[in-house]
Amino acid sequence: MALAVRLSTFVRYAGIYAALWKNSVTRETMFKGNFLLWIIVEMLWFGLQLCFIGVLYLHTDAIGTWTKWQVMLLVGASHFIQQIFQAFFLINCANLSELIRTGKMDFLLLLPVNTRFVVSLRQVDLGGFVNAVSALAVMIYAARQIPLTPSVVTLAGFLIFCVVGILIHYSLMFMLATISFWTVRAQGIVYGYYNLFQIARMPDEAFRGLFKVFFTFALPMLLVTNVPVRMLTERLDSRWMLLILLGMAALCALISEWVWRISLRRYASASS
Amino acid sequence: MQKYFHALSIGFQNNLTYRFNFLTRTLFGFIPLSAVIMLWRSIYEGKPAGAATVATYTLSQMISYYLVVTIVDALTAVNEDDWQIAGDIKDGNISQFLLKPVDYLWFRLSLFLAGRVTYLMVAIVPLALFIFWLRDYFVLPADFATLGLFLCSIFLTALLQFFLSYTMAMLAFWVLEVSTLIFMLYAFEYIASGHLFPLDILPPAIERALFFTPFPYQLYFPVSVYMGKVTGGDLTRGMLIQAGWVLGAYALARFAWHRGIKKYSAVGG
Repeated sequence: MALAVRLSTFVRYAGIYAALWKNSVTRETMFKGNFLLWIIVEMLWFGLQLCFIGVLYLHTDAIGTWTKWQVMLLVGASHFIQQIFQAFFLINCANLSELIRTGKMDFLLLLPVNTRFVVSLRQVDLGGFVNAVSALAVMIYAARQIPLTPSVVTLAGFLIFCVVGILIHYSLMFMLATISFWTVRAQGIVYGYYNLFQIARMPDEAFRGLFKVFFTFALPMLLVTNVPVRMLTERLDSRWMLLILLGMAALCALISEWVWRISLRRYASASS
Repeated sequence: MQKYFHALSIGFQNNLTYRFNFLTRTLFGFIPLSAVIMLWRSIYEGKPAGAATVATYTLSQMISYYLVVTIVDALTAVNEDDWQIAGDIKDGNISQFLLKPVDYLWFRLSLFLAGRVTYLMVAIVPLALFIFWLRDYFVLPADFATLGLFLCSIFLTALLQFFLSYTMAMLAFWVLEVSTLIFMLYAFEYIASGHLFPLDILPPAIERALFFTPFPYQLYFPVSVYMGKVTGGDLTRGMLIQAGWVLGAYALARFAWHRGIKKYSAVGG
């Protein structure tokens, strides 16, 4: 019985999500030119990061124990994670303050579905998937240069840990976005979070001290990409790194849900 | 002239309301900056003893490079001026400037300069603390003349940044959505102006090619003046070329405006 209820809930939410997808596709097809231009913009910035790594390795053979193509793989994986995150969650997190400012939040609260579900997944940014493919291409190329022939199990593990990384980004960003329940000036958050993405694509061995501790255990940016890539290249120092990543993901998810519930209680509609 | 001073003071007041925004932007900016500095430090540590330089840079010079980049950026980077100008065109707000005896370009330049001064007022304390924290790695300019030329060059950089952004924003006369185009140019600026790394660690042929574009004069040139990388005849020539690009960008901005105005039909005006 309980299983049947869960199943029907799942089917219902899947149906709602399919409708949201359809909406987003329709929206994107209205501005085709712009859609393509944004993809070019993202590719330029991605290319620029790769150039940066290329230039660094003109002057060194290794950063810690990271070789050139391992770091290229890291940058590719980071872009992949970032773009998938962007496809599902980024606009929605960024729009939260707008929903609150205009009072549109009222309508979402009245819908007979989980509010966090609608708020987080309302729009899909299809360009993110296209960009993720370009990231994938870079990753495959870098893996061949290393050279790397991962087993199916390793590959599956890598993808699972990428998903964990995406969930960490989502939990943190969503938590930051809920600040807009307190102050309307939360638009700077997207900009602020972009600075964190920049850390996620750097090899962890470059960092130490307080910086490393902070970006491992407070904002686990040094885990989200480094751990999956270390796993893929079979350079994990110990299995503990995987457990820490999983633990931090669970912790971030719990805290972000807690902050969301507290914040929601503060909501007073814009019109009242 | 007085009316532009008035614009300047409006600019101060407007920008002061964003002081919290400026502060968080400055503080958040320290995160990737520290990361890049640590990245370079581990590269230098990985070098065999005796080979302590990358291209011509010692570790201190490399760290100073990024710190001076941050200073120049705080003083000259276009903040939201280009979005606002494009917005003014799109929404028809420029109509009033066609009627008033106020030149839109000078008006925007006043706002831009006011914005930079306000930004500096907010950013100077955290920035100074950050540099103080890294004081062991911070190289000071060789003498006062260098410092003076550095400041002149910064001023030219600010003008160049502004005129180029203004020109880009003029595209709003022709296309509905300029943000993608602005971001594309920004990507080129980011790498070719020396934001990511000093340009003289590139292969010489690429570096020389870049100097045929205005990009190095948007950031790299003043920084290398500060670092004492350009001296004597090269310095004079560099300053003249930079001034040349400023004039060129100014002419382009004027040209784009005049062409745009011909095309312009005030929406809802």
